[in-house]
Amino acid sequence: MAESSSSIAIAAERGVPLLQAIGLGRRFRGLAAVDQVSLDLHVGEIHAVIGTNGAGKSTLINLLSGELEPSAGSVRFAGHDVTRWPQPRRARAGLGRSYQRTTIFAEFSVLENCRLAAQASEPRPWHVWQRAARDADGLATARQVLAAAGLDGEAGRIAATLSHGAKRQLEIAMCLATAPRALLLDEPLAGMGAEETGRMLALLAALKPTHAILLVEHDMDAVFQVADRITVMVDGQVIASDTPERIRNDRAVQVAYLGDGAPTLAADAAALTPEGARPGLGRPSAQPGQHE
Amino acid sequence: MASDDAVASAEVRAEVGALPDIGRREAGGWKVPVLAALAVAALPALISPYAQDVVIRIAIYAIFALSLELIVGATGLVSLGHAAFLGIGAYVTVLASGDSGASLLVLVPLAIGAAAAYALVVGALSLRTRGVYFIMVTLAFAQMAYFVFHDTKLGGGSDGIFLDVKPTLQLAGRTLVDLADHAHLYYAVVIALVATYGLIALLLASRFGHALAGIRVNEQRMRAAGFSTTPYKLAAFVIAGALAGLAGLLIAVKDGTVNPELLAWHESGAVLLMLIFGGIGSLRGAVIGAVAFTLLKELAQSEALLGPLAPHWQLTLGLAIIAFVAALPRGLIGLGARLRSAFARPEVAAHG
Repeated sequence: MAESSSSIAIAAERGVPLLQAIGLGRRFRGLAAVDQVSLDLHVGEIHAVIGTNGAGKSTLINLLSGELEPSAGSVRFAGHDVTRWPQPRRARAGLGRSYQRTTIFAEFSVLENCRLAAQASEPRPWHVWQRAARDADGLATARQVLAAAGLDGEAGRIAATLSHGAKRQLEIAMCLATAPRALLLDEPLAGMGAEETGRMLALLAALKPTHAILLVEHDMDAVFQVADRITVMVDGQVIASDTPERIRNDRAVQVAYLGDGAPTLAADAAALTPEGARPGLGRPSAQPGQHE
Repeated sequence: MASDDAVASAEVRAEVGALPDIGRREAGGWKVPVLAALAVAALPALISPYAQDVVIRIAIYAIFALSLELIVGATGLVSLGHAAFLGIGAYVTVLASGDSGASLLVLVPLAIGAAAAYALVVGALSLRTRGVYFIMVTLAFAQMAYFVFHDTKLGGGSDGIFLDVKPTLQLAGRTLVDLADHAHLYYAVVIALVATYGLIALLLASRFGHALAGIRVNEQRMRAAGFSTTPYKLAAFVIAGALAGLAGLLIAVKDGTVNPELLAWHESGAVLLMLIFGGIGSLRGAVIGAVAFTLLKELAQSEALLGPLAPHWQLTLGLAIIAFVAALPRGLIGLGARLRSAFARPEVAAHG
């Protein structure tokens, strides 16, 4: 049921991708970390990118967000070719990202973390004489995104003292404070407990109607639960990109994840989790408590 | 247990609604700085001309240290070439004064403008590098400026040049300020220090200052949020250079002479030591560091106190600095908090 409704959503948005990777490639000293990757991101869609460690998922996010320059291909965002745009310009245009490693401003208050993130999109972010504490617009945005991320009770705390899950929520809240239209989320669920994971997935679902979301994630249960489309990467290349249902039954994906001796049909998404994978492929440490 | 939690949560909470916490060790409120400024203003009535001279020197170095705090403490860029801007401000003051002297209305913009212009060039080039490379590039640019004054006739070579007539400020034919007058110089320096402190405090509390703090903590995150960070860093670097130029003007007027040693790397090192001494990340720390460093240097050079050791004052000063930094790794500004926590601890234990 959930699958058919999301298929309809995909069909409705198919025409106008907000973010587009076209033949994107990046080499590091001869090694192709990302090779000939093309994918579309639509508003109203959660597009998951899965793959083993070193498959090039984080490099792909870095190329899309402008943190890395591609060696080949181009990136289009909201009708513009943004391939040569530096990261801050892409961010101001509405391309937001979160990081795999938590990158909050640990010494700042939770509220100031979000206000500062919102400041970049304000008319005069370099204002030199008005006190930042009187930045009413920025503070309003900060409180709004903290509420959306479920952190409204923590506004006054120093960010370093938050729990791991709350820090991940703050990471997303800071991303939202920049008023993005596309969200590139690099393992937002890493290290989260079951309850925190549930809260984050609910947040993603709430953001979906108004945002285009790219989700890089190792938690397969979560991916198959929320994704409308899944792209599978192996060794920097896309080997499959389809609906969750078809990906689950894709022979090439099974071979990539489970090896050649794998059963031809995986009835359960759990078969795709790293626990069932070839040694060295998965990241079991990234998802404690997931199968308890 | 419950009371422990209450104490802990009180400690981790920044004051919401007040200045959002940006990880600086700035003590709130204006009372202490204003009272300190008033006390310094009242000092000349109580102390000898020699002591007044020391106060003037300290205040000038406090301006110099405050300007460096804007890039080192607030923005997280460690520069080892800050003396170049002090020296350029000083040389421009003497060169522009010529044989007949000049008005402060001309000299102040000139000294500040020249130092800022050099900071713009140095910053635009050195900010392409990071970390230890930034330190080396700023040092290299300062050495370049040093040799320009040391090896050319422009600045009188290694002997430097004298300021024959000290600056004045005249309006409608009346001399309002004459820096040849010791009292005028004293108050001009105190006013410059208060203005510098106030300006930097204002900058740090602004959105611009908060952006600098964000760059210090995590520049990558700032870029991801949409800040083009280089212009912010360059602006901080230029403002810091400009204020160092003001300190340079004052040191030239106070000494009545300039020489290339003003731009030498050990001056850049000394002002960095003042910050470390006082406590990086706090404006009060910068001022306290300038006071402590200058006084310590005076003591180490005093023959009355140290006798035959006085000529070897660098050794005494160096050992004293090592001892201070070992005892107070967070600078003198951390001393108060340390004492408070030392006295508070038994009380907490009693609650537990």
